[in-house]
Amino acid sequence: MLKNNELTPEALRDSKAYQEWGLTDAEYQLIADDVLGRLPNYTEAGLFSGMWSEHCSYKNSKPVLKKFWTQGEQVLEGPGEGAGIIDIGDGQAVVFKAESHNHPSAVEPYEGAATGVGGIIRDIFSMGARPIALLDSLRFGEPTDTHTKYLIEQVVAGIGGYGNCIGIPTIGGDTVFDASYQKNPLVNAMCVGILNQADIQKGQATGIGNAVIYVGAKTGRDGINGASFASAEFNDAKASQRSAVQVGDPFMEKLLMEACLEVIHDHRDVLIGIQDMGAAGLVSSSAEMASKAGSGLKMNLDLVPQRESGMTAFELMLSESQERMLLCVKAGAEAEIVQVFEKYGLDAVTIGEVTAGHQYQLWHHDALVADVPVDALATKAPVYQREKKRPSRLNKQSHHQFMPRIVDATGALKKLLQQPTIASKKALYNTYDSQVQTNTVVKPGSDAGVIRIRHTDKALAVTTDVNGRYLYLNPRVGGEIAVAEAARNIVASGGQPLGITDCLNFGNPEKPEQFYDLDESAMGIARACQLFNTPVISGNVSLNNESNGEAIYPTPMIGMVGLIKHQRDITTQDFKQAGDAVYVLGETAADFNGSELQKMLTGEISGELFDFDLVTENRNQRLLLRAIQKGLVASAHDVSEGGLITTIAESCFGNGFGVKLKSEISATNFFAETQSRFVISVSSEHKAEFENLMEPYATYLGETTADDRLWIETADQTFDIQVSFAKRLWEGAIPCLLK
Amino acid sequence: MYLAKVYVTYKESILDPKGEAVHDALHRLGYTNVDSVELGKYFEIKLIAGKQPVEAEVDEMCDRLLANVNMESYRYEITEMEA
Amino acid sequence: MKFAVPVFPGSNCDHDMVNALRDILKADADLVPATTTDLTAYDAVILPGGFSYGDYLRSGAIARFAPVMTAVQAFAATGKPVMGICNGFQILTEAGLLPGALQANRSAQFICETSDLIVRNVETQFTSDYAAEAHLQLPIAHGEGNYYCDEATLAELRANHQIVFEYVDNPNGSVANIAGIINRQGNVLGMMPHPERAVEAILGSTDGLGIFKSLLARHEEATHA
Repeated sequence: MLKNNELTPEALRDSKAYQEWGLTDAEYQLIADDVLGRLPNYTEAGLFSGMWSEHCSYKNSKPVLKKFWTQGEQVLEGPGEGAGIIDIGDGQAVVFKAESHNHPSAVEPYEGAATGVGGIIRDIFSMGARPIALLDSLRFGEPTDTHTKYLIEQVVAGIGGYGNCIGIPTIGGDTVFDASYQKNPLVNAMCVGILNQADIQKGQATGIGNAVIYVGAKTGRDGINGASFASAEFNDAKASQRSAVQVGDPFMEKLLMEACLEVIHDHRDVLIGIQDMGAAGLVSSSAEMASKAGSGLKMNLDLVPQRESGMTAFELMLSESQERMLLCVKAGAEAEIVQVFEKYGLDAVTIGEVTAGHQYQLWHHDALVADVPVDALATKAPVYQREKKRPSRLNKQSHHQFMPRIVDATGALKKLLQQPTIASKKALYNTYDSQVQTNTVVKPGSDAGVIRIRHTDKALAVTTDVNGRYLYLNPRVGGEIAVAEAARNIVASGGQPLGITDCLNFGNPEKPEQFYDLDESAMGIARACQLFNTPVISGNVSLNNESNGEAIYPTPMIGMVGLIKHQRDITTQDFKQAGDAVYVLGETAADFNGSELQKMLTGEISGELFDFDLVTENRNQRLLLRAIQKGLVASAHDVSEGGLITTIAESCFGNGFGVKLKSEISATNFFAETQSRFVISVSSEHKAEFENLMEPYATYLGETTADDRLWIETADQTFDIQVSFAKRLWEGAIPCLLK
Repeated sequence: MYLAKVYVTYKESILDPKGEAVHDALHRLGYTNVDSVELGKYFEIKLIAGKQPVEAEVDEMCDRLLANVNMESYRYEITEMEA
Repeated sequence: MKFAVPVFPGSNCDHDMVNALRDILKADADLVPATTTDLTAYDAVILPGGFSYGDYLRSGAIARFAPVMTAVQAFAATGKPVMGICNGFQILTEAGLLPGALQANRSAQFICETSDLIVRNVETQFTSDYAAEAHLQLPIAHGEGNYYCDEATLAELRANHQIVFEYVDNPNGSVANIAGIINRQGNVLGMMPHPERAVEAILGSTDGLGIFKSLLARHEEATHA
């Protein structure tokens, strides 16, 4: 029964209304001629538009994602399921994934960010894991205009509103400000979970006659066709498109999570599969579950719990209402499962069953409204090998490094500490509950967040990282650095990197210069991952991050998890006591292109990116990890944006110690962003053994002091500033800007 | 069928930080003529007459649940509507 | 000593509390559902933190009508100890077991940080393990922890030594820096800071232990007297 307002198959063909849903003429023809051998009706065309969107099909990025290294003996589940899984020994495993919610957050920042968090949490518990940590990687424009301030406030409130309520600690992330993200902020959320390997779940629907059960929130008209929306480019003229916003309900999700975990743990003999209804809602979850299992599926949409009246099949299938899951349960066990959800006050309704064959059939008001091959929806989207062309911005680059000349070293430091990207993000992360679940050992503000694993001696270190400026100057090397810096954060915390997830935030892949950025950075990421033995186990792709034709910096966010084998190895960046020896591990060169200093002094970044060597990086990381595991290290902090001087200052801030250091490096070069370096402090009793181990890669700089003074005599000038005063500048900058 | 519109606001002496935040945001947007903003809660309750008079029942709902009379005050309007 | 930790839909510090009681203090502790109507088998009740019923109306406003709260009222009336942490404190004020109310933080934002506290009354069964005027470091994590009461109630709280914990640097705008109060009878305590998050050195502080030790010691005395 077609609704009056729905076009007939012929009218749909002639009006090309499917284009508004993101289907191209060629894709429509493919569906009509090859897949169905007839014209698709309105509902069917809608199903394909959702499933063949970039968000669900990766049709533009598949050739790129193939380049990723996904192997490694620790991998229990690679990309493809809700989230990837890595072995951490003792029958336990860690599950993690990151997902972008950029477009929804640009439109409605509070709900966009909140539902981003909610969605990634569902991905984790649908694997059978209890979520134990959240991280957020955020990119905003310069926090100077009213709209950007509003976005920051609302995104941060949305993240906190969801994570705090559901009771999962937000323990890390990164926030960067740059004009490149002014109209297209990035909100990437990562969730980490832990499970016993016996509880691993798959999103599949097998066994003819088995039941398909819908659980959780009712379906409304929110976020209809959000998957296609997420994959489209912003453009002021199409502002009316900006309506696909879902509202999150963390309270509902808390109940849903507890109920699903109870089903997974206590009813595993009757549970066949479980999957989150994320992008493209009911159609993607059900089609993927059937396709993965090689089954057919039929559903009666009249049975779907509905929040609004008069919803069409198209609307029911493509709604992205939040806090919903789909389960496949053994025939006959439906009541047993429904009872669990009822205990939590949740809807749980059998809406369909697994069928023989490979057809995907939907019934609505006693009519068959869709009848399509399930694989055509889930796996047969066309794959595009996009054209790749080196961007003109790279061809025009200067081959010289930017040569700043700092005449007032302390003055430059003061200014640098107040740059939004360098300044403390405490005002933001203090609004997130970082301690609920009582496992958080290292809270936000350090290189990586650290969570102990209860009843074991193990802990997990987690971080997110990427410097889009480096990728803008060199996408391949920038991609390598993104992975390297994430690994550096993990190692500085005492962990062995285990694997990564990613959010590939890029521009329009149909533009050859932007596809170049995507493809090159993936190659860089792949190479680094192989060297660090950190396979890519999950992730997502967010393309068309453009506003009025201008793309953001290439920003492949890397989320990394590392294993700390013994809790005594947990290391933080703060100096621990006066009289400890301070070292820098790694060489410092005059590397300024893409640096915070270049940005601060010239207002932009430019020139060829400095050299980076993965082998040196790996060696230095291994050296530090060995020193930590031998118990020689009091504190370790990786050197990143803002260079050596920023790293040393931050190491002083935590516990309020001073330093008295002397170096052959020039004051200017203290701001250089040469990679592969750490600032390490060592107590006097371990000094000799440490130096022996590090010879000749670590350089002694001096000692920590009990004085409230950062004092560094460089080759030419002296940094001299009160630690407490510097800390006030560093902590005060963001609250002041956001006022 | 009745429609009760219930408004809950902070008592006068109670600090309303959310209202102040909105006030400041409006000023940032250039509405410097805004003198004050109070942020409260608004409920629309559809009900049929129960054992008590509708007004008494709505009043009781406000007192017991919808408002915390330690710091909030409430008022309501009740209209009869087509079922 | 046997503790009951009621779990409301949306509670999220319930397991943390039970872990602290069982793993660290080696006490008996049960999670009990909000539908429980009988708590007589227990020696103490602790209402945990979280977002009961989403806290969508007002923190604690809906939870106070859960069946278990009738049992908590009856339990408190017998004089046995009842403690509410964070959302638990909010529930206790909404239920009228403690005076005043918790409103939105002065900053209008959620705050998660370590707070410095002073124990103002060590004569209670919850605080006898602490030295007089002891300084504690306990985590806070709340959006509505700004304690409010009128002048007359404050005068009464002061007169009866019902202010048990005070903030050193008032983080949320609470009247008289109040972080925790006790009822007139001395058996119902509510506090915004989370002692269950401060019972292991690896998590940053063990200053919360004193509260549980005080309760255990009092129970020990009572049962061996």
